[in-house]
Amino acid sequence: MELIFKLNGEEVRLSQVPGEESLLTLLRERLGLTGTKEGCGVGECGACSVLLDGKVVNSCLTAAWQAAGREVTTIEGLAGDEDLHPVQRAFVEAGAVQCGFCTPGMILAAKSLLDQNPDPDEEVIKNALAGNLCRCTGYHDIIRAVRRAGKLLRGETS
Amino acid sequence: MPTPRFTFHQPQNLEQALDLVGMYRTNGKILAGGTDLVPKLRAGLMDVHHVVSLNRVPGLNRITFHEDDGLVIGAGARLADVALNPEVMKHYPGLAHACSVMATTQIRNMGTVAGNIVNSAPSADTAAPLLAYKAAVILVERGGRRHVPLTEFFSGPGLNVMEPMEIMEAIRVPSPPRRSGSAYLRLSARSKVDIAAVGVAGFLALDMDGVIIEARLALAAVAPTPLRCPEAEAMLAGQKPDPQLLTRAAAACVRACRPIDDVRATAAYRRKMVQVLAGRVIEQCYQTAERGDA
Repeated sequence: MELIFKLNGEEVRLSQVPGEESLLTLLRERLGLTGTKEGCGVGECGACSVLLDGKVVNSCLTAAWQAAGREVTTIEGLAGDEDLHPVQRAFVEAGAVQCGFCTPGMILAAKSLLDQNPDPDEEVIKNALAGNLCRCTGYHDIIRAVRRAGKLLRGETS
Repeated sequence: MPTPRFTFHQPQNLEQALDLVGMYRTNGKILAGGTDLVPKLRAGLMDVHHVVSLNRVPGLNRITFHEDDGLVIGAGARLADVALNPEVMKHYPGLAHACSVMATTQIRNMGTVAGNIVNSAPSADTAAPLLAYKAAVILVERGGRRHVPLTEFFSGPGLNVMEPMEIMEAIRVPSPPRRSGSAYLRLSARSKVDIAAVGVAGFLALDMDGVIIEARLALAAVAPTPLRCPEAEAMLAGQKPDPQLLTRAAAACVRACRPIDDVRATAAYRRKMVQVLAGRVIEQCYQTAERGDA
């Protein structure tokens, strides 16, 4: 049976995907999309975050088959051809990237939040990102970046 | 040991799902959100060869509320959706709170309330409020359906009364009376992401004079299963709370618990916190009930 889903806007058809394969393994090893990181592998660090039908999930806790018929967005699918996505831009401009390992997950978690709540306060941001660990401990600038991303998306700054 | 290979089944309706669950009752597992199951399967911790996913079974992710029938949470309803459901927030604030503070955004977007119950961890955050709301689960198998009150569902850490051929279809929660209040409070070391060290849920219904008609209290993470506190509940019924009664009822909750020392907390700390949280929960329930807006 073929596993069919939409990945970053395009349909993907894969055969012989074993039941135990996680969405994370499928993305990284079968499809070569290494922007999604494997940190803890048990759903605590959030480095493997992707969007499933627009909502942030841990791809390490998701069986690849759970994506069947649904839409997956990874960090590779966020930017346009030339421009960064506003959340990506905000992370660059706020200096919210240190080693960068947690950044794809942070950005996708932030996008998932801002899509639901365009103007979150700091407490809401902290709660929404509680499942994303930054081992450089650069949280302060990450929160600043999310606030900046909100402003960019709301058109309050350019 | 080689990695166990398994087949992922995606039945399109409940009948197909029941057939598959029957066929693979010895080496199959049911997947709702998968957040507990997938890492266990990946680690090869289980002798499982077939996974039966409920994700494509229509209607299972429903969350419906009627004044007469109460709340129905389908087995596929995600924690995040239950947490943000306006009727759940209004009528079952303890459950909404549990669903919004447990785990992480990522897990709440995938994990289900039914999965949290079926997984039957002693610390299951949704279990305590559901016990306090007098919830029952609906279990289906080929040719049969039964309602099991949640008080009779858990049988040990990770254990419950479900038969291998059964699927949890939904959780039913009675409608709360007008002058009632409820709450859930939990403690954990980080207060975010990590598993609860202590959880206390409560429900109080009052008469027009503010006398407690019915009290229900439930604890999580302080015994082999989530459990109710009948002694404390009986103490509160027919009374108006005063500080002494709160202390005595909370002490009865402490007597109901059987905590252990583990990585999350010591048994002694858990007992002390049951005393504190139970007092706060009762007070919070009473204040909400007096306002009569729950």
